[in-house]
Amino acid sequence: MTINTLAKGGWHREQMTCFQKMEKVIVAMQDPDMGMKMRNQRLLITVIPHAMTGKDIIDWLMQNYNINEEESLHLGGFLVQYGYIYPLKEPRCLVLRPDESPYRFQTPYFWTSTRWPVSELDYAIFLAKKNIRKQGELMEYEKERYSVLHKRINHTWDFVVMQAREQLRASKQRRKADRIVTECQEQAYWLINRPPPGAPNALDMGLERPSSCTTRMTLWPLNAMICCSNTIILSVRAYVLMCRFVKYSEQYQNHDPIMQGCLPSNPWISDDTAHWTMNAALVPIPTRLRVERWSFSFMELLSDAMGRQEFMMYLEKEFSAENLCFWQACEEIRHGESSKIVEKVEEIYKNFLAPGAARWVNIDSKTMDKTLEGIKHPHRFVMDDAQMHIYFLMKKDSYPRYLKSDLYKSMLSKAIVPQETKKSVFPFVRRQRHSSPSPAQAAEDSRSKGPQAGSD
Amino acid sequence: MRSPLIPEMATQEVQLNETLAHLKSESESLKSKLEEERAKLHDVELHQVAEKVEGLGQFVMKTRRTLKGHGNKVLCMDWCKDKRRIVSSSQDGKVIVWDAFTTNKEHAVTMPCTWVMACAYAPSGCAVACGGLDNKCSVYPLSLDKNENLAAKKKSVAMHTNYLSACSFTNSDMQILTSSGDGTCALWDVESGQLLQSFHGHAADVLCLDLAPSETGNTFVSGGCDKKANVWDMRSGQCIQSFETHESDINSVRYYPSGDAFASGSDDATCRLYDLRADREVAIYSKESIIFGVSSVDFSLSGRLLFGGYNDYTINVWDVLKGTRVSILFGHENRVSTLRVSPDGTAFSTGSWDHTLRIWA
Repeated sequence: MTINTLAKGGWHREQMTCFQKMEKVIVAMQDPDMGMKMRNQRLLITVIPHAMTGKDIIDWLMQNYNINEEESLHLGGFLVQYGYIYPLKEPRCLVLRPDESPYRFQTPYFWTSTRWPVSELDYAIFLAKKNIRKQGELMEYEKERYSVLHKRINHTWDFVVMQAREQLRASKQRRKADRIVTECQEQAYWLINRPPPGAPNALDMGLERPSSCTTRMTLWPLNAMICCSNTIILSVRAYVLMCRFVKYSEQYQNHDPIMQGCLPSNPWISDDTAHWTMNAALVPIPTRLRVERWSFSFMELLSDAMGRQEFMMYLEKEFSAENLCFWQACEEIRHGESSKIVEKVEEIYKNFLAPGAARWVNIDSKTMDKTLEGIKHPHRFVMDDAQMHIYFLMKKDSYPRYLKSDLYKSMLSKAIVPQETKKSVFPFVRRQRHSSPSPAQAAEDSRSKGPQAGSD
Repeated sequence: MRSPLIPEMATQEVQLNETLAHLKSESESLKSKLEEERAKLHDVELHQVAEKVEGLGQFVMKTRRTLKGHGNKVLCMDWCKDKRRIVSSSQDGKVIVWDAFTTNKEHAVTMPCTWVMACAYAPSGCAVACGGLDNKCSVYPLSLDKNENLAAKKKSVAMHTNYLSACSFTNSDMQILTSSGDGTCALWDVESGQLLQSFHGHAADVLCLDLAPSETGNTFVSGGCDKKANVWDMRSGQCIQSFETHESDINSVRYYPSGDAFASGSDDATCRLYDLRADREVAIYSKESIIFGVSSVDFSLSGRLLFGGYNDYTINVWDVLKGTRVSILFGHENRVSTLRVSPDGTAFSTGSWDHTLRIWA
């Protein structure tokens, strides 16, 4: 069930943006110099002027917007779907055909954006005209709506019938070609604004927004601006900044499966999950690309479970493993449950900060004093300064040395470079897609195994 | 008899108006000063620097999986960290967890409201969060017992005064960030349902948000119906940067993988890239033939490609550096409402008003 926003009678903002853009295209198409060449089209025995074929429309769009035929057909299709162009041959079928089918531009009078909101009275008059003109020309759903309207606006029904008769009389005095055109125009308008049941509703735009909000205080942006001018380092030239994008893309290009493919194959394409198995969280031997990535930034190393494990081993050799342990413990406070903050802070103090602590971390005195003061009233961010200090210590000191170490170098040399899977000889035979245990299952299993399983 | 307070109040009101006017003019002059300073540094565009970069060849991406099962418009989806499972939500109130690789449905929840516009997978993979017209964000632990009704263990976490437009877990299962039609964003403690921080500054509905992948991880960006994209400090609740160059509602925001920039998609049919250090828009991704709004955007792993899901049922693929359109993908039969690249970048998923989800690679 769609939420009917048209019933509210308000301009739907999103639609207006689309209408304006489509109207711009339509106007360009009718430009005397650059627009489409229109001609007379024969419809049975009548000649309709200022018409064009579906193929003409597609060719023009292709040329003027530099797009291919598929995209042009897609775009042109919307112009028809929204009623800016209507078909002459099959007026009930609002579809763009890429052939000799004749089409015409809808008159601006009947643009959906012009006559908004849709008037029930107008619809009643339209249905009445059809009814009078040829008894039984109304479709089943139109008959239903007709009778519903008859009940609803019964008090003005005389007016409706009178108007319908007047309009029919006036149209009889026109040339046949004009009459056909006007009928098509009107029919197209109503097909869009009162679509038949089951037909796609082109005007379905979802929930209305914005919802009724009070205008917020305009002082907030001022606040932001004051912060901006203080914190942005405006001395960095744009050139330097733009180069960073280029550098980043180049560095990661080989790691981007959509751009460069992935080894042995992309599971979604080959149905083979080997790529995922080889790159699981903890494997005996990681892939080369993965180990290379650890050298891109400290954050890359820390966000990979295996990378963190390796780094921890290195730090243990250097007798500075407490730094990483401290950092991890701080992370748990920052992202953990509110209820456990106090006890976790106490644990950290006991293990890392207290004088004579087993794993004492080396923080400068200013930060240490501030942190110890903060611990008296522990909160989620109380460890932030200390955590950052240790993070940057590892980043500037231990991390670069790790990358030069034998530990890293040997890991890199024994890392796997998977063979690319050759496309199977019989491409029509699809491999069986194996399911995998869900993370919820894995969590359940480790819980049921209990403390004997040991911690990771 | 007139109360003696009235003349005082009148004076106070006049003073307040004067103060507001003064503040407003100061705000305007600060704004133009900032623009001046920025203009001095604005010596080159992104696509100019990218001229020397090799162009991208032909792109062949196809639908590799189609997930059928929703009974109405798909509104939102999110990937699980295991790179193959996804959660999706729809207009009819259903939230489904799929193994997208096998296309099997693993869990299904029926929400007590329609228009479930937001859903998110927990980092552990053991729970999902969702919400919409109920103005709430609820967390459902994923039970393995096929007979158990997931709704039984549901936890109501967030409460807004209007619809929930987006939600995201932070680095753990314990905190959720939400955005709402009430114009605010908020950070919640999942266990207690406590509000940890609220973020005020948008002048209308907030439609989307994304968490920054930074090393000190404390900021996020949001986009709204006020055409603004705001960057927030999660600790203080302050808006630290604001960008207003779009001409219409911002439906989607997504950080560039390095965290130095973010992209946005809007009803004005353009995607834009904003650099946080340069403090301005650095690229627009648009084409005259693209008329319909962008509902969602995401980057490929390297950040070289930007995928946009559009209301004209297509996906446009952009070269982020050069600003050109690389490819257009057809397939959906109604508007694309949500698009996310998988955690390892091997594929991206789209959800559509045609009731299906597709995986592209």
